[in-house]
Amino acid sequence: MTTVYVPRETAAVSVGADEVALEIVREAKRRGDTIRLVRNGSWGASWLEPLVEVETDDTRIAYGNVTPGEVGGLFDAGLLAGGEHARRLGPTAEIAYLARQERWSFFRCGLIDPLSMDDFLARKGFRGLQKAFELGPDAVVETVTASGLRGRGGAAFPAGVKWRTVAGVEADRKYVACNADEGDSGSFSDRLLIEGDPLCLIEGMLIAAYAVGADRGLIYLRSEYPLARSILDRAIETARQAGWLGANIQGSGFDFDVEVHLGAGSYVCGEETAMLESLEGKAGVVRAKPPLPAISGLFGKPTVVNNVVTLASVPNILNLGAEAYAAFGVGRSAGTLAFQLAGNVKRGGLVEKAFGLSLRELIEGFGGGTASGRPLRAVQVGGPLGAYLPVEQLDTPLTYEAFTEIGAMIGHGGVVVFDDTVNMAQQARFAMEFCAIESCGKCTPCRIGSTRGVEVIDRLIAGENREENYDLLVELCDTMEAASLCAMGGMTPYPVRSVLKYFAEDFAPAGRATS
Amino acid sequence: MNRTRQADLGTPASASAETVDIEIDGLPTSVRAGTSILRAARESGIDIPKLCATDSLKPFGSCRMCLVEVEGRKGYPASCTTPVEAGMQIRTQTAALASLRRNVMELYISDHPLDCLTCSANGDCELQDMAGAVGLRDVRYGFDGDNHLDAGVDASNPYFQFDASKCIVCSRCVRACDEVQGTFALTIEGRGFGAKVAAGIGESFLDSECVSCGACVQACPTATLMEKSVVEHGQPERKVVTTCAYCGVGCSFQAELRGDQVVRMTPYKDGQANHGHSCVKGRFAWGYATHRDRVLSPLVRDSIDEPWREVSWDEAIAFTAKRFEAIQAEHGTKSIGGITSSRCTNEEVFVVQKLVRAAFGNNNVDTCARVCHSPTGYGLKQTLGTSAGTQPFDSVMDADVIMVIGANPTEGHPVFASQMKRRLRQGAKLIVVDPRRIGLVRSPHIEAEHHLPLRPGTNVPIINALANVIVSEGLTDEDYVRERCDVESFEAWKTMISKPENTPEAVAEVAGVDAADIRAAARLYGNAKRAAIYYGLGVTEHSQGSTMVMGMANLAMATGNLGYSGCGVNPLRGQNNVQGSCDMGSFPHELPGYRPVQDDTVRGSFERHWGVEIDPKPGWRIPNMLDAACADQFKGIYIQGEDIAQSDPNTQHVEAALANMECVVVQDLFLNETAKFAHVFLPGTSFLEKDGTFINAERRINRVRPVMKPRQGKDEWLITQELAQAMGYPMNYTSAAEIMDEIAELTPTFTGVSFAFLDEVGSVQWPCNEDAPLGTPIMHIDRFVRGKGLFIETDYVPTEEKSNRRFPLLLTTGRILSQYNVGAQTRRTDNNIWYREDLLEVHPADAELRGIAEGDLVSLASRKGEITLKATITERVQPGVVYTTFHNPETGANVVTTEYSDWATNCPEYKVTAVQVTPANHRSAWQQEHRERALVRGRIE
Repeated sequence: MTTVYVPRETAAVSVGADEVALEIVREAKRRGDTIRLVRNGSWGASWLEPLVEVETDDTRIAYGNVTPGEVGGLFDAGLLAGGEHARRLGPTAEIAYLARQERWSFFRCGLIDPLSMDDFLARKGFRGLQKAFELGPDAVVETVTASGLRGRGGAAFPAGVKWRTVAGVEADRKYVACNADEGDSGSFSDRLLIEGDPLCLIEGMLIAAYAVGADRGLIYLRSEYPLARSILDRAIETARQAGWLGANIQGSGFDFDVEVHLGAGSYVCGEETAMLESLEGKAGVVRAKPPLPAISGLFGKPTVVNNVVTLASVPNILNLGAEAYAAFGVGRSAGTLAFQLAGNVKRGGLVEKAFGLSLRELIEGFGGGTASGRPLRAVQVGGPLGAYLPVEQLDTPLTYEAFTEIGAMIGHGGVVVFDDTVNMAQQARFAMEFCAIESCGKCTPCRIGSTRGVEVIDRLIAGENREENYDLLVELCDTMEAASLCAMGGMTPYPVRSVLKYFAEDFAPAGRATS
Repeated sequence: MNRTRQADLGTPASASAETVDIEIDGLPTSVRAGTSILRAARESGIDIPKLCATDSLKPFGSCRMCLVEVEGRKGYPASCTTPVEAGMQIRTQTAALASLRRNVMELYISDHPLDCLTCSANGDCELQDMAGAVGLRDVRYGFDGDNHLDAGVDASNPYFQFDASKCIVCSRCVRACDEVQGTFALTIEGRGFGAKVAAGIGESFLDSECVSCGACVQACPTATLMEKSVVEHGQPERKVVTTCAYCGVGCSFQAELRGDQVVRMTPYKDGQANHGHSCVKGRFAWGYATHRDRVLSPLVRDSIDEPWREVSWDEAIAFTAKRFEAIQAEHGTKSIGGITSSRCTNEEVFVVQKLVRAAFGNNNVDTCARVCHSPTGYGLKQTLGTSAGTQPFDSVMDADVIMVIGANPTEGHPVFASQMKRRLRQGAKLIVVDPRRIGLVRSPHIEAEHHLPLRPGTNVPIINALANVIVSEGLTDEDYVRERCDVESFEAWKTMISKPENTPEAVAEVAGVDAADIRAAARLYGNAKRAAIYYGLGVTEHSQGSTMVMGMANLAMATGNLGYSGCGVNPLRGQNNVQGSCDMGSFPHELPGYRPVQDDTVRGSFERHWGVEIDPKPGWRIPNMLDAACADQFKGIYIQGEDIAQSDPNTQHVEAALANMECVVVQDLFLNETAKFAHVFLPGTSFLEKDGTFINAERRINRVRPVMKPRQGKDEWLITQELAQAMGYPMNYTSAAEIMDEIAELTPTFTGVSFAFLDEVGSVQWPCNEDAPLGTPIMHIDRFVRGKGLFIETDYVPTEEKSNRRFPLLLTTGRILSQYNVGAQTRRTDNNIWYREDLLEVHPADAELRGIAEGDLVSLASRKGEITLKATITERVQPGVVYTTFHNPETGANVVTTEYSDWATNCPEYKVTAVQVTPANHRSAWQQEHRERALVRGRIE
């Protein structure tokens, strides 16, 4: 019996993976072939989806961009034996896009059936947790600290330091809250992980909970991810059934359980304190800090708030050791980051690489340049609050420090590519408009400033009082950055300023010629 | 500029005992650990600009005006949300900060009307002040951008308006509603630039769950939420700190005035009972003081069938003295008496009991506490030794378990209820013992662990059952009892309480409450570290009222819950000065300070001071006086500020007694129900005209200061004094302060009290004397006032008033938030918008059985009488129980209540009347008669 893999992952499904899977089953039946169809997660090479794989001997042979109509032809070409076909890409492991990655957090993603406990356990699943049980909570915190792992949600705060704070607070209850409210434009690593290896996230949460003494976990998942929701729910149930969640986990005496909460479509709920408010059933409004959530978080209790990828990085850190992780990366940007290539790029998808490669290597080496074939003009890294970088900065190494130096940020690792048809004045306006739409409305600079920002940019674009409005915009950016309560208003100036700095010509009265 | 605004340190005080040293703008200072930078600076006299911060609310950090720089830290932390740390060097004024603040202010003003000169907050606007402070000169964004200038005004509330165009979305109103009041009626709707304050879900303020406490108005820094009185009259120019004249919480208020016109009443932040909070009555319902119904000239008439004649004060006093003397000449010394008012000041009450004892020559003095908390006085005196509650209100913040019995704090004592709810939101557990599902049982963020919905009249079995569990499960505090209580009485009590009829299982039958619930509630109370009991008239107004009070005291003693903060037995007293009127010797058997009139030493001290002989025999209580009047033995009465014809039970009996008297003198603001039977009407003064003191439910002596001259031309104590003089007793005070000096001299628990002392310290809780120069917040610390705490056996003797086939339902009465007592004050304000008439609450099952629908007119009949009123169908009451209020004289709720009363104190059994409810189509006979009488008896020539 041959095993055929067709990803059940949102991007793959959006380009016909479900239909392809159905067609493969039908075709096999029609031909009397017995196959085992596995709906795996995506490897992250979104540009190749639907990516069908066939297990032959020890190798998985990949066929890219398969359409339902091609299935019959593929069977004719001996699909089940890995036969030659125009869609055949060769062994999956040898696809350059994948082979050149350093897969740490996503190493099981694409490889396994995300809902199979057997697959998970066969691929080192829960080894990290077992290692944690052996080490004891303090040593787990030490290990994570030593690995240099920093928060992958965007703020890059050292995870071990946060855990140590939570572990150090006396409380009758502590929480681990996983931030899966992945709202940045062009980012999808959280979703890919949840859809491809949800038990890895659960393992990461278990380790965090064990380390800090928490017994409740919550996953705040954005409502726009229905497929991730259903996979996650089933994975949690699977883990419960197998005794990996609940009371006295695997006889360890440690209790922990997880529930999933859906967001309600607010970007700012990805900000940790707004997320906590939302988890408490309130409007998603940012809280002032202090107190830090690590000391007084969900319902006033000490709470670890970590991003999905942060938590998913943890099992391997425990399993393979802090040094193994720290060996990747550059300086304080230790380990790997799951970059996400999107926008006007030829080979979009997820690329997990050690920190330190250049933006150019990522966009050209992995992404293959623009999808339109036109010259690249700007790249926005780190979501809608990230700076727009011009071509001249493509050689900047992808590290937190190097990006801070150029007034940009890596954030959650989303990379959006624009070609030369983009009107950057409109992108600057969009930054303010996005803030105006998504601001929680609590602090004044963000609440009123973003609306005024749109208006000032409109006047600039229209060529009204250029100098005064230019100065006013710059001052508004300074005010929003320095005075806003959270990063929403505080970082909206980044993309705006980067446009003023690198693409000022687009504010010319006539506007830049666009195609 | 602003003359009435109270100081605001920005964030609440830290409770920490430790201090840290910091430096602000180069000045070294030392503040409590946990203090915000904002408050630390303000305490040092450095005003950091702020808009969203105010010291009654937790810091919020939204306005971004209070940003500062801290040496060694990146960025500009908000000083309101950043606590001080040792060694911090803080800069509050730098060029960068100035620019940031000006730029943020510029954003505010870009969405704010520029109508300062015609704005109601002109001169009292924090936004205006801050714009000035940061030097805003220009709004470079212009005013053509998106804005809220057409957002409109919600004027639905009778007392304040909401002008959304002026809102700066600081959330102070929302936070005040949540944190201070605990109603959670307001919210911020929408987000970003569209974020706006909303009452409920798209409702007007009036239609929302808003209870009009005024906390939001108080918190608003702009003209967005503004008193309509200020909109109408303009900003106040001076202030007088005084005490509210409604319930027994005794809130301190700042009367804010233009000339002698009150523009608004704002809760006083330094008020120890209310800490700057208020309710709809104290905050807004003061307009009755200048209502056109106020009588400003004395009235007399020879017979109650005649119209009133306006006369001079001299004539009225002479008329009264002559009639009283004539009555006494004909019917004997004891044929006249007086009733003191719990609405009047201590000084006014003191002179009335002195008038009775020194000029009338008898002890026929009683007070309206007879009909409310007399069992409290009796029961707590017997068991603990003092006729008063044991705790300050603030004590509730230390309670782990709170048991509310027969009280409805959110309606009756709203400001204290807010404090209690704050504690409950912090995690204290709540037990409610009440026949009705009162608001506390379940409201936003509050839910009682146990509600014991007992059948009216079964308090004593319930308290016995709770005690039974505590004894049988070993939850008593034996060490405490052995050290502090009379052990013999404890053993006897234990034997009594362990009897089979006191087990929860036995009581479940009697009280209609699940035995398991009783058991669970007892365990919760018995296992608590600090458990407090709060109770009201649902305890006292029963034929076993005194038994129940002693039952609660027994329970508290047995579990060691007396003598500390967070516990106690706490009466929630109904009227502003009911504690004081009792303290002042208003009872026929007690001289001021609850000392027996039979005691020669005590009596001797008064006789020496007053220069008269005092009758050594106790006088008559109100019911005795009324009975004696019907028997032609009691012919004249001087009634100070009480409306017994409306408030006392069995109205027909009261009316018959009054009608049988030859001289009824009523001293009041309005021609009330009792005045219809009066021969003399002496116009009184409102609290805004009084100089004196009120004592609240926590024994706190608060100053009442006049904000205007007596509108009828005479202080009330002076009226009484002139009557005494006219009757031949020389009473010669020249001020209210002098009266208090005499009280202090003659009353051991008041030795240290004087107006000057109160003005200095704000307020003080009695006893205040050499042993306790600054007063006594918590009673019975270390030892009980009576020595050893005395357990008194509390066997249950059911009331004679029982439901039967003819009267199958039980009526219980009470009151609601917006109206107060007989309604004389609140009915003369816009509070009527919330409650225009008394309604009868009927359970749906009882209503269906009788074919009664919402709003139907129904007849409510008891063995005593019949009235008709409108029904409201609600599950707040249990099947078999109906409920109404007694706020409106036209309703006549007390026409149906009975003459049954507490065995020890005669406190009427208002809370249990067997009744029948049937559909009706016309007013009852009594109501018809009442209406006709109102036309005749109130005429003035």
